[in-house]
Amino acid sequence: MTTAAAVRPASIEEAAAAIADLAVVRPAGAGSRAEWGGSDPAGAVTVHTGGLDRIVAHNPGDFTAIVQAGVPLADLQRHLAREGQWLALDPPDRGGTVGGLVATADSGPARHRYGGVRDLVIGITAVLGDGAVARSGGTVIKNVAGYDLGKLFAGSYGTLGLVAQVAVRLHPLPAGTATVVATTDDPAALTAAVLAMSRHPLEALSLDVLWRAGEGRLLVRFGGVTAAARAEAATRLLTGVDVTVVRDDESIWAAQRAAQRGAAVVKVSALPTDLPAVLAAAGPATVVSRAALGVSWLSFPAGDDLATRVAAARTALAPRPTVVLDGARLVEQPWPAPDPGMLALMRRVKERFDPTATFRPGAYVGGI
Amino acid sequence: MDGHELVERLRRVVGDRWLLLDAHDLRTYESDGLLQYQQVPRLAVLPGTGDEVRECVAACAQAGVPWVARGAGSGLSGGALPVKDGVLIVLSRLNRILEVDLDNGRVCVEPGVTNAAVSTAVAPDFFYPPDPSSQIVCTIGGNVAENSGGAHCFKYGFTTNYVTGLEVVLPDGAVVTIGGKELDPPGYDLLGAFVGSEGTLGVATKIWLRVVPVPEATRTLVAFFDSTRQAGEAVSAIVQAGIVPGAIEMMDATTIRATEEMAHAGYPVGRGAALLVELDGAEAECDAQFAQVTDICAAEGSDDVRVSRDEAERALFWKTRKAAFPAMGRISPNYFVQDGVVPRTTLPDVLVRIDELAAEYGLTVANVFHAGDGNLHPLVCFDAAVEGQAARAEELAGRILDVCLEAGGSITGEHGVGVDKRKHMAKMFGEDDLAAFQRLRCAFDPEGRANPGKVMPTPRLCGEVPGVYRQHPLEAAGLAERF
Ligand SMILES: Cc1cc2nc3c(=O)[nH]c(=O)nc-3n(C[C@H](O)[C@H](O)[C@H](O)COP(=O)(O)OP(=O)(O)OC[C@H]3O[C@@H](n4cnc5c(N)ncnc54)[C@H](O)[C@@H]3O)c2cc1C
Repeated sequence: MTTAAAVRPASIEEAAAAIADLAVVRPAGAGSRAEWGGSDPAGAVTVHTGGLDRIVAHNPGDFTAIVQAGVPLADLQRHLAREGQWLALDPPDRGGTVGGLVATADSGPARHRYGGVRDLVIGITAVLGDGAVARSGGTVIKNVAGYDLGKLFAGSYGTLGLVAQVAVRLHPLPAGTATVVATTDDPAALTAAVLAMSRHPLEALSLDVLWRAGEGRLLVRFGGVTAAARAEAATRLLTGVDVTVVRDDESIWAAQRAAQRGAAVVKVSALPTDLPAVLAAAGPATVVSRAALGVSWLSFPAGDDLATRVAAARTALAPRPTVVLDGARLVEQPWPAPDPGMLALMRRVKERFDPTATFRPGAYVGGI
Repeated sequence: MDGHELVERLRRVVGDRWLLLDAHDLRTYESDGLLQYQQVPRLAVLPGTGDEVRECVAACAQAGVPWVARGAGSGLSGGALPVKDGVLIVLSRLNRILEVDLDNGRVCVEPGVTNAAVSTAVAPDFFYPPDPSSQIVCTIGGNVAENSGGAHCFKYGFTTNYVTGLEVVLPDGAVVTIGGKELDPPGYDLLGAFVGSEGTLGVATKIWLRVVPVPEATRTLVAFFDSTRQAGEAVSAIVQAGIVPGAIEMMDATTIRATEEMAHAGYPVGRGAALLVELDGAEAECDAQFAQVTDICAAEGSDDVRVSRDEAERALFWKTRKAAFPAMGRISPNYFVQDGVVPRTTLPDVLVRIDELAAEYGLTVANVFHAGDGNLHPLVCFDAAVEGQAARAEELAGRILDVCLEAGGSITGEHGVGVDKRKHMAKMFGEDDLAAFQRLRCAFDPEGRANPGKVMPTPRLCGEVPGVYRQHPLEAAGLAERF
């Protein structure tokens, strides 16, 4: 991709001044999800957030932090870990920034317990097309003053404005972990295992499925001082699958996160009980599922007929909405067709926040 | 459409019985839970289906008449206060539970279903965590509008974390379904924008909620301290130890005295603070952490830690806590309930500051709050019969919010802005921030008909979008394409 130009503001004020002068803007972090969303118009100027690189505050006693968009997530986590804390978001890490994470609402296995970006952002500062710097929320974990624009900007793919800074809620790092691993090649048995687990008050950190080449694994991770004992106890809920408990489980989860990326990745919104249908639709793809949430990622390896395989899977998953993340350039439209009423409303939101169509025009759902 | 036509049209929609025109009938709806604001609407309708709601809203849109949605009217910020020449849309008849799907952890309800009824519908294995103290009466529609919280929100989150879908009647009468049973609908997170919007973006007519399994074990204790500062330090120490209690509630000396007179739980009147701590979760983890909490309370200066021995005693602890508001009526003829938030670590200092202010105003302020998330509910006591005292109490309640803001907090943690806190909005948000809020409002309600005069500090008009999707210069030049 070639861009006409790029700017790299060193402060929010500089970003605002730059954006006010630009006709078409494409915000960018580390470029780890550069391909996601639709394509940008040829004249778009990239606004890099790399200069917005400050961890503005970390209040360990309040379990909150204020961080600028360009800070790499890994750097933030290292900083917070010194106090035994973390921002409970663990997407596959390719060096991505906090801003990119917020803009795409990407997530990892920890979402099962802690929720997604929308649930952990407690305040946001955004730069709008006219250079206005708007804040919503605050820096406290409970707050209902004003509209919650943090959620509106989470997952907006840079189409409403530049996410410049966020305040986030933090959590304690778990004292210890252990993972139940259940294996089966029967989708029905796998789904039964998922439902048996999700209907119990396990307070698991993560509850994921991995399906690859006709073989499936249910992974349930426990945290806390009693993690191993609880994992052992949870195995008793499972029948018809092979079960083990793994105490040294870091590598299992690193692999699970990595499997969420590929030459092409299709994300699908479904229900937990849809798991067999999702697995059937996947064909040769690897499936990573946040199984109790019903959200899955189909990851395809590289190959000649990639576009065809992606299209076949999307057809098989219909009418469930699918988004093509990695490999978006392979398809004509990475987004699903929205309901007309919702499209009209989303368009009105776009028009109010970005009346000059400055931010990534055409790159979002429904051509917004 | 003139006024008479609107009335007749609404009559055809809801039927004679559910159209209220009579001043006496309408007086029932002149206030919400915040009684100092009163306004009788021009008329009220009680539609019985989502479709009737749509027709009512559409009729108002055509007549150019503003409207206000109302659930149970338990709100504490004047959010459901009617507008003078407007229509009040009362949703209490939409009280059906439409679907319970426990395999997928979802329920679908109409907006007039009460908060408590949702948990009842999924009992005994599941529950709906956001639990406002008003849960027996307040409606899910009201909870969605206010993003309500409750005692268990520190661990479990707020309404917004549990809504997965909404059917909404927009102010122009169009119906949209935002999200649904599934998570992550592609597109803008309009669920996140709608929840907490205080009835200013539309009427929710159907709501999908996430419900979760009832925890395996619950352990509850009450620890007494000499001062709120000590109790505050204990809260910090517990959270700092990595423990996330289901609830941590604090009451100060005045509240202990008032509630004890009402609930008779045997609380030591005269002690400086009571801390109610509840842990829930997996049995083993719960037990391990409970021992830790008990030790922390002792280490922070509590010589009186009472562990509930059975469900009856646990219920008594909670009854005492939940009696705090009504009990205040026994020690003071009148009181204002304030709702502010501070970063938890500032609690001890903020409480001292509130005491100083109370002394300066010569009024009593009782403190009861959700300590885990720093959400204060100072009860400002006064006697309305004493000339000028109500006004002084109101001023003091406002000064307390200033203290919250100075500490880095918020003017409301769960009761919302409504009419009551509009005047404080500009202290918390700047002009660009408020303008951004207005952008959202205008996207949903360009004519400003939905609950006008709430949330925003000053009424604003939307104006035209400067060129609705006009061609971008680059597009015109053939340099860019939109699709
Ligand atoms: C004793 C007492 C204790 C309380 N404790 C708590 C507590 O612990 N936590 C807490 O958060 N709150 C608490 N509250 C406040 C109140 O109960 C909540 O704000 C509740 O959510 C209001 O629900 P409601 O049905 O009474 O709504 P109403 O008061 O009728 O309306 C509130 C707002 O919601 C809007 N609205 C109502 N229905 C809809 C709909 N279907 N679509 C769109 N907008 C709608 C109204 O226009 C209004 O702006 C308490 C109140 C009382 C009286």
